[in-house]
Amino acid sequence: MSGIQREESAGFDRQTIDYIQRAAASGLYEIRGLGAKRRVPGFDDLLFLAASLSRYPLEGYRERCATKTVLGTRFASRPVELAIPITVAGMSFGALSARVKDALGRAATEVGTSTTTGDGGMTSEERTSSKTLIYQCLPSRYGFNPDDVRRADAIEIVIGQGAKPGGGGMLLGQKVNPRVARMRTLPEGVDQRSASRHPDWTGPDDLVIKIKELREITDWEKPIYVKVGATRVFNDVKLAVHAGADVVVVDGMQGGTAATQTVFIEHVGIPTLAALRQAVDALDDLNMRGTVQLVISGGIRSGADVAKALAMGADAVAIGQGVLVALGCNSDTYVQGGQHLPAAEDYARLGTAPGFCHHCHTGKCPVGITTQDPALELRLEPAVGAKRLRNYLKTVNMELTTIARACGKQDVHHLEKEDLVALTVEAAAMAGVPLAGTSWIPGRTSAPP
Amino acid sequence: MANLKPVPSTREFDLASDTLRDLNLYLHRHAVADGVSQIRVRNPDGAHSVACGLNADLDVHVHGHVGYYAAGMNSQASVTIHGNAGPGAAENMMSGRVHVKGFASTAAGASAHGGLLVIDGDASLRCGISLKGADIVVGGSVGSFSAFMAQAGRIVICGDAGDALGDSLYEAVIYVRGEVRSLGADARFEPMTDKDRAAVKGLLSAAGLGHEPGEFKRVASAKSLYHWHADANQEY
Repeated sequence: MSGIQREESAGFDRQTIDYIQRAAASGLYEIRGLGAKRRVPGFDDLLFLAASLSRYPLEGYRERCATKTVLGTRFASRPVELAIPITVAGMSFGALSARVKDALGRAATEVGTSTTTGDGGMTSEERTSSKTLIYQCLPSRYGFNPDDVRRADAIEIVIGQGAKPGGGGMLLGQKVNPRVARMRTLPEGVDQRSASRHPDWTGPDDLVIKIKELREITDWEKPIYVKVGATRVFNDVKLAVHAGADVVVVDGMQGGTAATQTVFIEHVGIPTLAALRQAVDALDDLNMRGTVQLVISGGIRSGADVAKALAMGADAVAIGQGVLVALGCNSDTYVQGGQHLPAAEDYARLGTAPGFCHHCHTGKCPVGITTQDPALELRLEPAVGAKRLRNYLKTVNMELTTIARACGKQDVHHLEKEDLVALTVEAAAMAGVPLAGTSWIPGRTSAPP
Repeated sequence: MANLKPVPSTREFDLASDTLRDLNLYLHRHAVADGVSQIRVRNPDGAHSVACGLNADLDVHVHGHVGYYAAGMNSQASVTIHGNAGPGAAENMMSGRVHVKGFASTAAGASAHGGLLVIDGDASLRCGISLKGADIVVGGSVGSFSAFMAQAGRIVICGDAGDALGDSLYEAVIYVRGEVRSLGADARFEPMTDKDRAAVKGLLSAAGLGHEPGEFKRVASAKSLYHWHADANQEY
């Protein structure tokens, strides 16, 4: 025997040792932004069975493939009509700068989709730039007011978030600048810890009444969405439907956050793939498919992800992290006056690097997205951000229609579960689709001989 | 003749025959246009969301008991409930005045940003939870967890308070005349100043109550939870 022994422990690997030693040094758990980094079964584990002899494809570059999406047809007299089934997920002013919210609104309006407010209220920038704006009603009720309820195009009651179902929001003091503090009625610079429970209702029976109050206030015009973090999805979706939701939003564990405990992000909730199937099962069980619309979110990145989500039964998707990346999150440069300027040193000062950064909670975003710092926020030029996001959303939508045409669909909403197979037994079981090359759906059909 | 005030026009709804939708739609869209400023509501019979979402200088009197969210999200209007109110009375009120002549159930004045909520009787659990700037005067006692995470505004409690009063308070201030079963995390008693006594006197006067301001104790935030640090042994 010679040399240094380097037998690494599976249980106490270097990451675990680092975690324990950091906890021992600080007495604090880690807080960070974005979503789960662990590998979980997801849309990458599904594949499409496109047209062949038994199915007839559309001409990929020529034939029309509809993407129009209507949400909130159950009770609202003014449903939300979108040009594409890809929406921008709720992200707060506070987590993001007002300039970013402006950019989101501009891009969404250009491609004909919606943006969503977040914890902290509605900014005038986003209301002005976003033609279709969904207004969240969260447990904290920060900045929540009836004038904005009336200015919104739909109301989304947030029960939970995929990154932290059961947990309240968090905005550390360095991001609570005077405007954020004023909008949230908080002292400037405090570490804001949002409530995890709504203040004026406590369960599904109460939610029925709360939804009716919002309908009365809006004279039954605006759709009411109910958003749940993915845990007991089958039951939660049924309860949301019983409560009177027009639209149910289910956010899987890969969904992002501006700041939450790492232990929460990585260990609480279920993957988006499993959550989506349970949500669709719940709507089927109630015979409410098509009556109540389903929006899925949590780690959606590409047109392939969207196509798979729609094939499994979603009516639309909501994207958060992908939107931020499109704006320049984790890029090694930011654009000022048409010039790309380096940001690597700023990442290094945070102890990270482009491609690995999840330091949204610090408010020191090197590319000016998740910050309230007056100098840093200038690094995101709304026009640049809007152009990037518009391009991203258009690309995702084109990918979606490419797949739909290949599957022979004239409307992306005609994609169906029968178009899908799974690469792994886990994904097959979670998604409820056959393992590729077999007719076996674990838990639903008999195992192959 | 020139000094005579115009007699306000009155409209009456009977919820035994009129629907809640009829009432709220009228209050939202037609009352001001019709020149009606006083509205009486009969037979609410525990209906939810009575007179919610008002956004005009209306004077609404509801004769009977109401259910959840009476006068919810009120702006500008004065709403008087001549009876008891269910959960969430005047929740998220922005301005105006809501007066519950009887008792109020849970979460009265939850998250209210402005205006004055007066409850002549007792208020149940979580009165003034997440309060964001409104004033609340309770003639009787309040239940446990009242003023939980209250951010701004003032609550005057003429009777007693239950457990965990003012848990995780921010800048809201509570004045209690009776006993407090227990304070919540980060809430503490503080000395009453002349400014506090003047504030209590003004709020009692606005509520039509005649207690002596010197009988009240002040509860406010110790502010030890405002910032996250290890030595505080905080649970975040």
